Amino acid sequence: MKRIFVNEEWCLGCHLCEYNCAFANTVSAGKSKANEMAKALKGKKIFPKIQVEENDGIYFAVSCRHCTDPLCVKGCIAGALSVKDGVIEIDQDKCVGCYTCVLSCPYGAIMPAEDGHVAQKCELCTRNSCGSPACVAGCPNNAIVFEER
Amino acid sequence: MLREGEVRIPSGCAISGIFSKKGKMLNGRSIIDSIATMHDRSNGLGGGFAGYGIYPQYKDAYAFHIFYDNTSAKLACEKFIDKHFDVINLSKIPTKKVAAITNEPIIMRYFVKPLPNRLKESQLEENEFTVQCVVKINTTINGAYVFSSGKNMGVFKAVGYPEDVGEFYRLDEYEGYCWTAHGRYPTNTPGWWGGAHPFAMLDLSIVHNGEISSYDANRRFIEMFGYKCTLLTDTEVITYIIDYLHRRLGFSFTEVSEIIAAPFWDTIESMKPEDRERLTYFRNAFSNMLITGPFSIMVGFDGGLMALNDRLKLRSMVVGEKDDMVYIASEECAIRVIEPNLDKLWSPKGGEPVIVTLEEGLK
Amino acid sequence: MDYQYPEFEVVRNADRCIGCRACERQCANEVHYYDADLGKMMCDESKCVNCQRCVTLCPTRALKIVKSDNTFRENANWTMENIKEIYKQAETGGVLLSSMGNPKPLPVYWDKILINASQVTNPPIDPLREPMETRTFLGQKPTEVKRDENGKIVNNLSSQLKLEVPIMFSAMSFGSISKNAHESLARAAAELGTYYNTGEGGLHKDFYKYGPNTIVQVASGRFGVHKEYLEAGAAIEIKMGQGAKPGIGGHLPGTKTVGEVSRTRMIPEGSDAISPAPHHDIYSIEDLRQLVFSLKEATEYKKPVIVKIAAVHNVAAIASGIARSGADIIAIDGFRGGTGAAPTRIRDNVGIPIELALASVDERLRQEGIRGNVSIVVGGSIRNSADVVKAIALGADAVYIGSAACIAMGCHQCRACHAAKCNWGIATQRPDLVKRLNPDVGYKRLVNLVEAWNHEIKEMMGGMGINSIESLKGNRLMLRGVGLNEKELEILGIKHAGE
Repeated sequence: MKRIFVNEEWCLGCHLCEYNCAFANTVSAGKSKANEMAKALKGKKIFPKIQVEENDGIYFAVSCRHCTDPLCVKGCIAGALSVKDGVIEIDQDKCVGCYTCVLSCPYGAIMPAEDGHVAQKCELCTRNSCGSPACVAGCPNNAIVFEER
Repeated sequence: MLREGEVRIPSGCAISGIFSKKGKMLNGRSIIDSIATMHDRSNGLGGGFAGYGIYPQYKDAYAFHIFYDNTSAKLACEKFIDKHFDVINLSKIPTKKVAAITNEPIIMRYFVKPLPNRLKESQLEENEFTVQCVVKINTTINGAYVFSSGKNMGVFKAVGYPEDVGEFYRLDEYEGYCWTAHGRYPTNTPGWWGGAHPFAMLDLSIVHNGEISSYDANRRFIEMFGYKCTLLTDTEVITYIIDYLHRRLGFSFTEVSEIIAAPFWDTIESMKPEDRERLTYFRNAFSNMLITGPFSIMVGFDGGLMALNDRLKLRSMVVGEKDDMVYIASEECAIRVIEPNLDKLWSPKGGEPVIVTLEEGLK
Repeated sequence: MDYQYPEFEVVRNADRCIGCRACERQCANEVHYYDADLGKMMCDESKCVNCQRCVTLCPTRALKIVKSDNTFRENANWTMENIKEIYKQAETGGVLLSSMGNPKPLPVYWDKILINASQVTNPPIDPLREPMETRTFLGQKPTEVKRDENGKIVNNLSSQLKLEVPIMFSAMSFGSISKNAHESLARAAAELGTYYNTGEGGLHKDFYKYGPNTIVQVASGRFGVHKEYLEAGAAIEIKMGQGAKPGIGGHLPGTKTVGEVSRTRMIPEGSDAISPAPHHDIYSIEDLRQLVFSLKEATEYKKPVIVKIAAVHNVAAIASGIARSGADIIAIDGFRGGTGAAPTRIRDNVGIPIELALASVDERLRQEGIRGNVSIVVGGSIRNSADVVKAIALGADAVYIGSAACIAMGCHQCRACHAAKCNWGIATQRPDLVKRLNPDVGYKRLVNLVEAWNHEIKEMMGGMGINSIESLKGNRLMLRGVGLNEKELEILGIKHAGE
């Protein structure tokens, strides 16, 4: 299965993936990406599902790895997390916001959503209108790739 | 309007050739009949013939056929010839009045041998000495043009349709084992007799149908070796390339064809190692002599005839055989008209040479 | 008095800016910054070199850079540029430095030459349906035929370079450009079946594996030159001169001589690497011959030797000397050729256009009957495939591209390479900037560029009825000039359009 991989050698820490992620998961129907992105994100704090960790000149974008044996799914008390065709999905209607998943993910790839009541995670842009991961398409240095390994 | 040699003129053409492998002497009549069939492929602005084996009585002397615009050119040229050659015989080339052929220059024929002391002085071998003298006449004596200079062969050409040119030169009075003919369709020419084809150098004569696109690449390269392309025609540059490769570098005619109409790299790569190596070498070392763009040529030489198409075969050419006779022409009709019952008829592939020579011991 | 109003203005569309700060993070010149008090992005445009990095990366297209319209009193003679340069020199007492090629509005002859196509008398050839060949061999060609005792032809060619496309990447040293840029060039050359050139900075250990597609350069500074280096490449290039700065040696500022660069060059870290103007073992043509043969001896005659010269006034005579020096290939670099750093006055005023240099060299070598002794490679602003076709028709065997290759890797010709802060990760050694050029991306873009050009070359060749590049070589009848005077046409050896 194709997954998102990040190569820190090429990650520039520009954080564009975060903005592309945040924008990808908003509802937009506009004609110009530039205008729509400004409309969606201007003046807002963003809650991307991919986040750049940085320290001492090293940058690394982190998002869900879609583990084959995921701890988050095992630990979910509400049955909100499930694996569908290898993609770990979250049903926010079922999520009770206990954050067991946030604590159990060894990579820090699951986080509270904007409203603070449910968790959110990367679903490889399968449930928005992008079709393929927006962070990958927008990375200026091919540091984030979507591929079979 | 600019004269031939001052401007490059594209032209389409008809070509025809007849060859007897057994060395039978063929009257010039049949080649006239053959080329006349392709009347529509010429436009009356140039026609010509080459015959091989036509001067058996002088076969060891170079036969110079020369056009003179005026008597002063003739005087200057004859002075030059006398200085360099022993003239064994000279005469006007016999012609007959043909209504369609006009404005004829003075047309002379000389059978000559290089003066031994001159030859020695020049430190050249006989052929090279003669070539250099011919080039000298053609480039420095205004109004004189040597259009044939081989041994036991001759070129006959003029402005007009080829069949009229054949009548004009009374070709039915000559006999040779090989004949080639050319009818020209230039797109723009004031019509100069020297510009008609065949183009010849020593015993090498070439008739060509096509317009090569590599012209200037070939010209600028071959001029490095002492050739001067004064006519700016394809035929001239092709002749020089063949002369350089065959006479000066010693390549066989098959090898010459492998250089000037080299196979594509794809083809070369699928060949057996020995051929692949040779052709790769040719395409590297002699790349400037690759000729591209449409051509079908017939190269007459002492004792043989080669026909060759460009590697894409962008010009028509067919070959017919009957007993020891080989016929080559732009169109099948030009062969059928003189030999309706052929043993074999085929269209050679692009870049695939057809080489015929006199049988062993006949040359 | 020394105050200079910034050359560029940064225009930010406040409606679009989402404050993602990508511009700030990506600008090595520190133009952009976030003002927490005002809660918005600000900029110091005085530092801007107009490299377009921020413009390119801005996700909401909120940025553009424009030329400042601050103006001095208009004067056709004392232009603002002239005046500003005087201020700069009056302040510093220094030589003005510049990068990349000559930007002055001098004639570009390529743009005044037009290409032929077949109509009626000779058919154009369709490259989609017929073979169309661009393979080229560089090196000396024999004038004699050798046969063995069985009459079989013996290959008597000296060592040659085989190019699948008539385009090579020109010399750009490791140091002047980054390791990632070198890797991109090396991998692209390998995939394309052509060559890249190490420039004068030696060859990084990691790239010895690309040796079969590498030309190793020997310049006057001899940086990084040793036996193993000479043996690593497919050919050796002696750099006598460079189009951007004829008559002077290479300049690598100490800021770029760091870490692996200093190791590869075999010079101390932080030292300015200034190559001598001449090779101190070459004061004349006979000395060049000795170096050519020294290098051939050192590599057992297995590698062709290229001699690279800048296009200067008597280039034809120089080339004729080189063609008799035992060199296999002459590379000529025109006055528009790029550089990582050159004195401005030299870059802008020394040398001649490559078109004229090429035409006169090719013609001279033919007149002397020695064109076959050498192949000719030209560089110095080959900008597109039509330039390549025109160069070959004028008589070149192949071309070198440097600036075009850099542009393919992201360069926006801001001409600030000498500042060593290239935001595109090309002309810099700062690790955080170098990593901006991912060789996976860089090499692919180079391959795309050259393949695209090669398609176009084939289209143009087909139009001319030529199906093999060797028939285009020196085929000047395929060219016509427009708007050129008699003398220019004579030097170029072409006719005017309509003739």
